[in-house]
Amino acid sequence: MIRAVGKPLEEVIGMVQDYPRILVAGCDGCVTVCEAGGLKEVKVLAAALRLYFTQQGEPKQIDETSLTRQCDKEYLAQLGDRIDGYDAVLSLACGCGVQFLADMYTTKPVYPGVDTTFLGVTEERGVYTERCQACGRCILADTGGVCPIARCSKRMLNGPCGGSDKGKCEVNPEMPCGWQLIYERLKALGQLDRFEQPITPKDWTTSRDGGVRKIVREDLRV
Amino acid sequence: MSAETPSKLQKILNAGHFAVCSEVGPPRSADGSVIEHKGRLIGNHVDAINVTDHQTSVCRLCSLASVIRLKQMGLEPILQMVTRDRNRIALQGDILGAASWGVNNILCLTGDHQVFGDHANAINVFDLDSIQLIATVKMMRDEGRLLGGHQFHVKPQMFIGAAANPFAGPNVEMRVARLAKKLAAGVQFIQTQCIYNMDTMKTFMKLVVDRGLHEKVAIMAGITPLKNVGMARYMQKRVPGMDVPESVVKRLAGVPKEKQPEEGINFAIEQIEELKEVPGIRGFHIMAIEWEEKVPEIVERAGLYPRPVVD
Amino acid sequence: MRLQYPTDIRIIQVPCTGKVDIIHLLTAFEEGADGVFVAGCLEGDCHFLEGNLHAKKRVQRVKEILDKVGLGVGRLEMYNLSAGMGPRFAEIAREMDQRIRELGPSPIRKAKASLPKAETEMRV
Repeated sequence: MIRAVGKPLEEVIGMVQDYPRILVAGCDGCVTVCEAGGLKEVKVLAAALRLYFTQQGEPKQIDETSLTRQCDKEYLAQLGDRIDGYDAVLSLACGCGVQFLADMYTTKPVYPGVDTTFLGVTEERGVYTERCQACGRCILADTGGVCPIARCSKRMLNGPCGGSDKGKCEVNPEMPCGWQLIYERLKALGQLDRFEQPITPKDWTTSRDGGVRKIVREDLRV
Repeated sequence: MSAETPSKLQKILNAGHFAVCSEVGPPRSADGSVIEHKGRLIGNHVDAINVTDHQTSVCRLCSLASVIRLKQMGLEPILQMVTRDRNRIALQGDILGAASWGVNNILCLTGDHQVFGDHANAINVFDLDSIQLIATVKMMRDEGRLLGGHQFHVKPQMFIGAAANPFAGPNVEMRVARLAKKLAAGVQFIQTQCIYNMDTMKTFMKLVVDRGLHEKVAIMAGITPLKNVGMARYMQKRVPGMDVPESVVKRLAGVPKEKQPEEGINFAIEQIEELKEVPGIRGFHIMAIEWEEKVPEIVERAGLYPRPVVD
Repeated sequence: MRLQYPTDIRIIQVPCTGKVDIIHLLTAFEEGADGVFVAGCLEGDCHFLEGNLHAKKRVQRVKEILDKVGLGVGRLEMYNLSAGMGPRFAEIAREMDQRIRELGPSPIRKAKASLPKAETEMRV
């Protein structure tokens, strides 16, 4: 899932301080799971903002809501009858949600309340790690189910580099070397022969390098 | 080592001599005279000179301009290229550019991560990795073709090199496997990481020889003389993928501070002598970091001077 | 044991401090509390194993928020004591009461008091 972290409070204050009526809008999707932008985080952020502005002697109307998803128009439309009552929306959805909300309500200032960080997994509650960079053409079949694009700091397709040290990445001794993981996994699978087959340069057109990506599924369209 | 090129380094290796390389790091300014000065310091004592490509991700005068300067001085340069800063368009363009000036050696590297350098907040490229760069140079040279498919007539006559680090993780076997992968991609010579742990190096070479890889690629042993115990400790603790045994540190620590540089040189020369006897070792790559002036002494005392002449 | 402690402290009982959430503490300050202290069991003695340790981390997080919104870190504290430590509870209550008196009334309460009533109730 998409992982995000709340922006520093001072940054959020700087974004919304000129608006008297603010709606803090969470998303019940990915950002709820990683506890960055669900209803609970909306309530905490809204309370903190109210405390701040009240303490500053300039209280604002700061209301709370959360939508099932902010990346689907049907749910965004639910704000339609109340959004005019606000001068700005602070969205705690991922970058997709923030933009889609702004797309729908073209004259309403929309601000991001979280930093969208990566596609990852929950190692344990409160600890998330990256697993996928959505390159658009999955190569996990060749690499023992461990992605070198997401998990090697140099996204090498033929690693590990000479900086891999005791199983850790040269960038940070806390970070596992993705290629060491691939090697161990291939070994466990009895597929070490794959390790010595050079992987050819990747076609990055399906990644961000091909421009803004779009999926059209004719079988699904109505 | 299939393809023959005009490379002097290749000719010396083919003639069965121990080859000797060294390297110069370009300045962090537009002062080309630094390259000339360093080139003159070592030029008479080595067969070819690497020019580093923004080593440790520190921005410097570029390696392409530097190798052209060395070439114009009549020296034999090795163009180091890392894939960190340029995509396949720029890499191939620079290879064609170098070849157009008669540069005949390239060392293909992935490169250190940019967090180590002076522009830690830069984006990185890594469109290719070192192995893909090796294969790309080989294709350009042997087939006259770019990755995009364009065919051309005047091909870059490159003797293709790469690095190998027997001391990095996860184990020596994997490091030999990765060397085999570089060989499969088309590498012709290898310069190893700085050697301090002789036992691991010998294990690595034994596995290489057992697989017969040494017959297909010329392996040059990497030697970096230690200036003092501080440098030894730094290499031991701070440089990822470097293996400096405690015994080496103790040896330097065992002599007075003013004698440590001399002890470091002595150790380097002893290493060269020992490595000459290791099957599969075909030459030496002496990386005297900011200590280029010591290269002639090391080469002479290791019995590697004068350098052979080939045509 | 009839112990004396300041009368202006309002006790909110929870089954375990692990039940205390960030939003509860923030709401208390929004409602005008001058200070809050969370009284958990002794560390290692939680009936629910780690409830008081979770509470400790949440209190720390709320302190950070209070600092950033201008209320300062001093108005919130976590203490650990067992159910059998009545005198210690009274001592903490007096200690906290004294600390809050020195800090003075919550600026939130003061700010709200100076506003027209309608505005303070506008929140949904």
